[in-house]
Amino acid sequence: MQVLFLLEQVVNGLVLGGYYLLIALGLSLIFSVGGVVNLAHGAFYALGAYVSLEIAQRLGFGAGVALSPVAVALLGIAFERFILRRFYTADPILSLLVTFGLALVAEQAIRIAWGAAPLPASMPQAFKGAVVLGDFLFSKYRLFLLAVVATVLAGIWLLLNKTSFGRVVRAGIQRPDMVAALGIRLQPYMTTIVMLGVGMAALGGALFAPIVIVHPAMGAEILTVAFVVVVIGGLGSFWGVVLAALLVGVVRGITTHFVPAASEASMYLLMFLVLMFRPRGLLGERIEKFE
Amino acid sequence: MTNRRDILKAGTAGALALGFPAIVRAQSAAIKIGHLTPMTGFLGALGVYAVKGIQIAAEEINAAGGVMGRRLDVMSEDSVNPATASTKAQRMFEQDKVDVLMGEINSASAKTIMQVADRNKRLFMQIGARSDVLRGKDCNRYTFHVDIPVTVMVNAAGQALAREGYIKGKKIYFLTSDYLFGHDLAKAAKAFCAANGGTVVGDELTATDTTDFSPFLLKIRQAKPDLVATNLGGNQVTNFVKQYAEFGLPFQVAGFNLNTADAWAAGDGNLAGIWPTVWHHELDTPGTQAFVAKFRKIHGQPPENHAWIEYVSLKVMAQAMNETKSVDTEKLIKYFESGAQFDLLKKRNGYFRAWDHQMIQEAYPFTVKPKGQAKDKWDFLKFGAAVPAPDQPLESINPPKSANACVL
Repeated sequence: MQVLFLLEQVVNGLVLGGYYLLIALGLSLIFSVGGVVNLAHGAFYALGAYVSLEIAQRLGFGAGVALSPVAVALLGIAFERFILRRFYTADPILSLLVTFGLALVAEQAIRIAWGAAPLPASMPQAFKGAVVLGDFLFSKYRLFLLAVVATVLAGIWLLLNKTSFGRVVRAGIQRPDMVAALGIRLQPYMTTIVMLGVGMAALGGALFAPIVIVHPAMGAEILTVAFVVVVIGGLGSFWGVVLAALLVGVVRGITTHFVPAASEASMYLLMFLVLMFRPRGLLGERIEKFE
Repeated sequence: MTNRRDILKAGTAGALALGFPAIVRAQSAAIKIGHLTPMTGFLGALGVYAVKGIQIAAEEINAAGGVMGRRLDVMSEDSVNPATASTKAQRMFEQDKVDVLMGEINSASAKTIMQVADRNKRLFMQIGARSDVLRGKDCNRYTFHVDIPVTVMVNAAGQALAREGYIKGKKIYFLTSDYLFGHDLAKAAKAFCAANGGTVVGDELTATDTTDFSPFLLKIRQAKPDLVATNLGGNQVTNFVKQYAEFGLPFQVAGFNLNTADAWAAGDGNLAGIWPTVWHHELDTPGTQAFVAKFRKIHGQPPENHAWIEYVSLKVMAQAMNETKSVDTEKLIKYFESGAQFDLLKKRNGYFRAWDHQMIQEAYPFTVKPKGQAKDKWDFLKFGAAVPAPDQPLESINPPKSANACVL
């Protein structure tokens, strides 16, 4: 029986990992291509949640989840063109400062626009409740969430590995100078990557709004987790981030089973252990321009 | 063209605008109230209501001619965290020369401000923090506490739960926030369960920044308790409530701490169970209804319990200053300790207990209205009868002297 309970936590952890993945993957992509650690990534997650609620009030839950990422991704284009672009070749400390500042501005802007009090958010009645598959209990809503994450993940993987767009991006990560020498401007690719990353974060916000509290500082909360996932997975590695997100979810579940008080600390411990033995992260590639 | 003269003119105008009100204030010798409350962080949403509440009280008092003919001047600032709170408290006494300090919601920040008040031998009215130890072993003679302590919250919800048969002979599963306030709450809740014949079958600690409760919900499902009782704080309450509804577990749920704002943030149809509160906008007294109407007119929504408590606290302070004709700390302490009665907009008046400086007042349990009965998005809580019952002394839900380590 004990083993079964543990297994249930492992499976639940895998679902939870999907939850972190949407945020972490975008963060990792933006870092890999542009060399910028986007500390404002959480702000787009928060905006995604707020905008989705705003849309949902008028057009319903489905429209909120579908349109909010599009709207925020458009904002992401402006963010890349007017701010991020200036910092690709600059000292990393500058991009850290500017994105950190932007995160604060965004949080305060949300507070001004929507108020400091958390906004109420509910899922449609049909998603409420759990289904029992075999011996395992799943929340219906999280199964839906998992399906969305898997679809997005497959889409991004195909885009990066099966299209000419993806080839240029992957080449740009490793040898930007070579790509330039071949006469390809990386900038439009970078704009697209930032747009995708920001859109994924907003999708995360829109999807999580019914299950976590929607308040101005929600972006800062998720950013820490996303950052830990990226570091564990290894920069520049698609599957590294996927693996790390699932691992963090599973480790958290198992820790809650045995030492509940340490559940939030478990991912930091995991990060510590991984970095001790693999400083580049689990599947991190060697990227020359960062060395 | 802007020239130097224009800039000088603008500068002078600015200086006049900034400088003159200060002079005007000095002439009428306003009474300065230093007000610290969290406006950011995990309690920031509550602090925003606190500021709105105290502002309405100050406007009413000043419109009626102030206190002893002097204006009340409330300086509200973000207390941020315990360290900043204590620095700001010291600065308000020393540089801003405030007459009294008021405010706070965070128990840890309240504790550091209490130490500053004690060192300076000046009055601090601790309005919104609920930890038992503040009015227990950490109490001091310069601090008075308005909000109910956690023992009262546990008694308010617990008596309702016991009446409904959820305690005696039942298996109870606890989920507790892992910090000062949560531990305090769990201690009081365990004592209540033990005294009323309930068995605690599990008590899990959760970090204050827990956003995902799903692993805990799976453990609760395995334990199959009769009652899930939460000792959570701030955003945790909302996260838990949302996810409990998401998983749709069949066990009765209850909690020993909830602010109306946490319930509002949970969203339609998510909240269930029995919870305690210190005040609610549906309380049927003329005072409460007048305050609610006024707040609605200004802010377009009903006041949260932190708006109410700040409003009545400033009124309590003004009453004490008017009665003693003084802003002197010693005179005010003497007045508060005298058992003077205060109108808290509830059915029964409140008063400060002289030996631990706790405001003794009614508390209330509430449940959730059945679906479809809510008039608007603020209106889904079903407000219960006051505890203690009208024929019992108000003090009976507070910790007795034998169970309280406070020595003033």
